Amino acid sequence: MRIVVVAEHDGTAVRGASLSALAFAQSVAAAAGGDVTWLVLGHQVDSVAQDAARFAPVLVVDSPALENPIAEPFARVISTVVKERGFELVAAASSTFAKDIVPRAAAQLGGAMASDVVRHELVDGRLQLDTPRYAGAVTATVVLQGSPQIVTVRGSAYAAAQPSGETHGVERLELDSAVFNCRGSYEGLKSKQNARPDVTEARVVVSGGRAFKNAEDFEQHVGGLADALGGAAGSSRALVDAGIAPNELQVGQTGKIIAPEVYIALGISGAVQHLAGMKNSRTIVAVNSDPEAPIFDVADYGLVGDVYKITPELIEKLESHAVGLSR
Amino acid sequence: MKILVPTKRVPDTDQKITATADGSGVASDHLPFVVNPFDAIALEEGVRIVEKLGDDSEVIAVGIGEADYVHQLRTALAMGATRAICVECDQPLDPWNVARLLKEIVLREQPDLVLMGKQAVDDDANQTGQFLAALLDWPQATFASRIELLAGEIRVDRETDHGIETLRLPLPAVVTTDLRLNEPRYASMAGIMKAKKKPLDVIPVAELGIALEPRVEVLRYHSSETVRRGERLRSVDELVERLRQDVGAQA
Repeated sequence: MRIVVVAEHDGTAVRGASLSALAFAQSVAAAAGGDVTWLVLGHQVDSVAQDAARFAPVLVVDSPALENPIAEPFARVISTVVKERGFELVAAASSTFAKDIVPRAAAQLGGAMASDVVRHELVDGRLQLDTPRYAGAVTATVVLQGSPQIVTVRGSAYAAAQPSGETHGVERLELDSAVFNCRGSYEGLKSKQNARPDVTEARVVVSGGRAFKNAEDFEQHVGGLADALGGAAGSSRALVDAGIAPNELQVGQTGKIIAPEVYIALGISGAVQHLAGMKNSRTIVAVNSDPEAPIFDVADYGLVGDVYKITPELIEKLESHAVGLSR
Repeated sequence: MKILVPTKRVPDTDQKITATADGSGVASDHLPFVVNPFDAIALEEGVRIVEKLGDDSEVIAVGIGEADYVHQLRTALAMGATRAICVECDQPLDPWNVARLLKEIVLREQPDLVLMGKQAVDDDANQTGQFLAALLDWPQATFASRIELLAGEIRVDRETDHGIETLRLPLPAVVTTDLRLNEPRYASMAGIMKAKKKPLDVIPVAELGIALEPRVEVLRYHSSETVRRGERLRSVDELVERLRQDVGAQA
């Protein structure tokens, strides 16, 4: 099977979630036979291509039209390259970038797409894919009809691919200018600066919920504990809706779906939509004043009490015990 | 201005969902159905735009499914949709075929804007809006948290992993809605009474002239279960101890 992986990047290097998508692709190629190639899209992305080449051969489409992530040209470039090169499987990370552009490309390629793949198996030559449904309450095992098959892959379900130890080739593609047509324009990105790691990349995630009354308290307790453990700060939807935490911290069905080594839920009741975003974490710790809170049903360790009292004590004792994880 | 809002009916998200014992489907007989929450947000946005314009603009709610789908479309009408279209289809549809059917409705209705939820909370696919935009070759903006109407264009704030991104698109376009775009209203009693008189066209799927092409074959469903230790601790000291053993040991 000829497989291409869309490489998401930050302008310098490939993002971790794409390395998980690459690991999925390599595993499929190992089982089915075939090869895996990166597709790097952007403008002035030589360093990204070099980074990607540590893992697998690279195709690069470099154009000023790809400077900002707009679905129309990105999708057309992907579908054009897939058709020209005869790729049979297209994989990408389950990020907002890929969820925007990859389905659009998939429709240009016949519509055989599965989102958020968490497991795969080759059975009688057919690729069976597990995809979560109903906020993860149910998993459907599906087979896609038609070729190419297009998938997004959950980063939390596949360990990142490792460099292969050699430097692979980088091939630059020249495409017809019509492929880059774009009717929309990009007006910018507003992000709250965050010195901590992203929740999708951290080994430890500390999340806060409704118990926190304002942004200062959230920063002091959730941010403080995250810093004490060298982890990321996350949040439930309630705090994002209340303007207490920024959108990009939201963990849940409609936010980010993560599976860190340790997830610490502070003052989060545990609505099914939140559980969908974190329940595959390796160890789950819950602190909540309500002993009946559903978060305790999915927790390995539960502590009943007021987060405003428990968190400062926890931070202080962790720091004096030097419990921490490297990032 | 004409706004088309495709909707999906889904089991109420507050219900516990499990696979059937034989894995052939989801145990849904006992479940109440609602308009997909993201589609309700799209509908609300469409109604707000039309209310603000105050002209002869209209919001058309569309549903594809079995005959009793009309209940959810009546809800959409009660929330303020001008009229509704029910495409009657008793076969299960994947996003590809939903998008192909919606394309036919769009070609008939010629809306300026298609507004729909970013995902349905049953299959969580997050594909149909993007598929439809591609099939129509229209510009798209997904995950909208703010929509501003300009002359012949829209400005959309999008929620991404890295912050809020702003796009400007010419119309017609497809926009998919995220949670924070608005808070959908409840249908008022007056709205429910009015809805009974609003037009609701039922179109048999065959009339659209689209041969269905399945793309996703579901082999089986299973309920997701993870076993947890569920240990209740009594003090912060115990928690520090567990974190030191479990967490520190992994470092």
